[in-house]
Amino acid sequence: MSSSVLSLEGIRKSFGPVHALQGVDLHVRAGEVHALVGENGAGKSTLMKILSGVYRPDAGKMTLYGAPYAPANPLDGRAAGVSMIYQELVLAPHLTVEENVTLGDEHARYGWIRPRTREVERILGDLGQQGVAPDARVSDLSIGKQQLVEIARALLFDARIVVMDEPTSSLAADDTQALFEAIGRMREQGLAVIYISHFLEEVQEVCDRYTVLRDGKMISTGRVMGTPVSRIIEDMVGRSVDELFPSGDHALGDPLLDVSGLQGRRGVPANVCFTLRRGEIMGIAGLVGAGRSETVRTLFGLDSARSGALSIRGREALRVAWMTPRAALDHGLDLLSENRKEEGLALNLSLVFNLTLSDLRRYSRAGFLQLGKERRDGARWVDALRIRAGSVEQRADELSGGNQQKVCLARLLQQDNDILFLDEPTRGIDIGSKAEIYKLVHRLAQQGKAIVMISSYLPELLGVCDTLGVMHKGRLSAVRPVPEWTEHRIMQFATSGYDA
Amino acid sequence: MKKPRNYKAMLSEIGPLLGLIFVFALFAALTPSAFTSFYNVKTILTQSVIIGIAAFGTTFIIVSEGIDLSVGSQIALTTVIVAAVLNLPGGDPGIFWPLLALAAGVLACTGVGAFNGFVITKFRIVPFIVTLGSMQIVRGIAKWIGKEQTVPTPDNWLTNLMLIDPSPSWLLFGPGVWLALALLVVSAALLKYTVLGRYTFAIGSNEQTARLCGVKVDRMKIVIYGLGGLLTGVAGVMQYSYLTVGDPTTAVGLELDIIAAVVIGGGSLSGGEGSVVGSIVGALIMAVLRNGSNMLGLPNYVQEIIIGAIIVGAVLIDQQKHRLRTAG
Repeated sequence: MSSSVLSLEGIRKSFGPVHALQGVDLHVRAGEVHALVGENGAGKSTLMKILSGVYRPDAGKMTLYGAPYAPANPLDGRAAGVSMIYQELVLAPHLTVEENVTLGDEHARYGWIRPRTREVERILGDLGQQGVAPDARVSDLSIGKQQLVEIARALLFDARIVVMDEPTSSLAADDTQALFEAIGRMREQGLAVIYISHFLEEVQEVCDRYTVLRDGKMISTGRVMGTPVSRIIEDMVGRSVDELFPSGDHALGDPLLDVSGLQGRRGVPANVCFTLRRGEIMGIAGLVGAGRSETVRTLFGLDSARSGALSIRGREALRVAWMTPRAALDHGLDLLSENRKEEGLALNLSLVFNLTLSDLRRYSRAGFLQLGKERRDGARWVDALRIRAGSVEQRADELSGGNQQKVCLARLLQQDNDILFLDEPTRGIDIGSKAEIYKLVHRLAQQGKAIVMISSYLPELLGVCDTLGVMHKGRLSAVRPVPEWTEHRIMQFATSGYDA
Repeated sequence: MKKPRNYKAMLSEIGPLLGLIFVFALFAALTPSAFTSFYNVKTILTQSVIIGIAAFGTTFIIVSEGIDLSVGSQIALTTVIVAAVLNLPGGDPGIFWPLLALAAGVLACTGVGAFNGFVITKFRIVPFIVTLGSMQIVRGIAKWIGKEQTVPTPDNWLTNLMLIDPSPSWLLFGPGVWLALALLVVSAALLKYTVLGRYTFAIGSNEQTARLCGVKVDRMKIVIYGLGGLLTGVAGVMQYSYLTVGDPTTAVGLELDIIAAVVIGGGSLSGGEGSVVGSIVGALIMAVLRNGSNMLGLPNYVQEIIIGAIIVGAVLIDQQKHRLRTAG
């Protein structure tokens, strides 16, 4: 491809035993918006970090405008004309627009800054943002406008390649349109934009060409116009469910939990309704940020709800807005947090303290702890779940990831509630521990508990769950038996909110 | 299950105690007869009572990842309130009025503590700022009540609490020392063997985990700061007993000595670590150093330099221990 301004060929990168990229090619032309798509963990972020100079590739060649390109660090990349716009904005909120745009490149004489207001205004105008005043404080702007300020900064530094990582994930609709307009103008000026997104309808709207990554390999590339979305989804998913999942029947019984009209404080979740039966394992699929965690956290009283009701075992409905974690636990709900280290565990306390924290009533009399009983029960759970630890007194941060997750699960098991929300229960743990957790989830369902399982790994949801719902921008699809779903259909709802 | 004894963990618990034994032995070797005399030991213990009792309360607050900078002001407030109640018209220095004065002082501090906790949780302002503010406010109230001067009081039994030589000599130590010992046992048990104590650790170690596990974090924090205030109030009564007057300008900066005692005793300002026994040992280490330095005739500035070095050194040693543990 002679007209490519940026070429990546045969890029490889491994982190220890994990092969994040296995020979990826990417060709980007001047004046085009190039979509980079793929599932979570396909290697998009790694590739972009190599492009911007955060990582160095193990093998492969990069050329920028015909010259070899090997940035040693992000500053190097920026000097060569490659700018990244990250998901999390990196602006100084207390400074003005102009101060942020020129940060690191102030024109000064004897240490006194000479304003570059005219220049900043021109760049903002080029982006179609005449309305943003250079002396406005950045913290007073909407997220969307802040993002445009960051793009303006990239342009001030003479960026020729601009990489945007999920730029619309936190934007409101009109901000998204302003962003698309800015992208259009950059294209007219002959810049190349690499656009990373999960939302395929956006890709269709703004992108010229696309490249699909899957499991660290480039699967396909081509023109967006004329390529059906279904084809792109197929390329993104394209793998089979392997056999590490337990099979074994468990009957579905009476409804245990009935959720209606669940509305979060910030609009996510949006009007979520579902019914969970005894013995049911219900999966929730969806992209990061679709509102899966927020749904169960709101039900559990950790995030605040605007409205919604839940009824347990057919009893009268409770208002979700009044729910607290204590009340949720007392009503028979329990939650496994997706953030083991930030939320799931008190890391500098002992294993047994962590295990019993939600249920100290069982281990105390008149406010005094029964330490002997607590220790004996703790040791029993350590044995039952085969947690590898020196003793129950061992601090939680001294355990491996898989064992830490088992401690979190043991807390749910000893609490012995009937409705369990498991948020990413197998994230970041080894395959052996994963299989043990799948088996455990099945056993709990056989005991008549009802489980909601959230995961970003589709094969796991399809392998473990009885029923499945998909979330898109806060909304939950109809919950159907797993055989009625295909990966294709799931990805379609997850990326477009459209259910065929 | 076989329980392997964890010597490293044991060492970290008794580390401060070893430090205390070391400084005591050091001064005993340098100034043999005077330092180890029974009278001097009694003096050191009595000197540790006020900082010690306040440190019990501050231990709870620091273990919960909080801080209370208003402790010194609370102590001053207590001395003034005790004096004011004793001076009420119709008051007499029998059994009852001093008891009422004591209760009023302790109650006021409990209220200040609970108020701190309320502001911290209700308005989500960091404890450092809230208590920095209440440090000034409470000091101001103390001066207001005391009309900006010391408040003399009639003779009463409260002033006997801090005597070095108790009146029935078979008591061996003054009532203040015994009271501190009793409070030591109660607070240590509270922190280690009750649900309240366990929740204090959980909140300090990871507030999010505590919330996830159904701990009513906000309510617990108000209780913790209230308990801190209660113990501070008792320390304030001891301060009154020592001064025998109400003094709104007393105990300025004392909160820093108290926090230092907790930190030397193994408390971590990032929460989840600390013990009541450690805190009293920390207070004793500082008292021994001051007393021993005086005996040696070392100037005041030397003591300050040594105590400062010990505060930093204690934390440094503690961090090294953690690094060893996570590495091993």
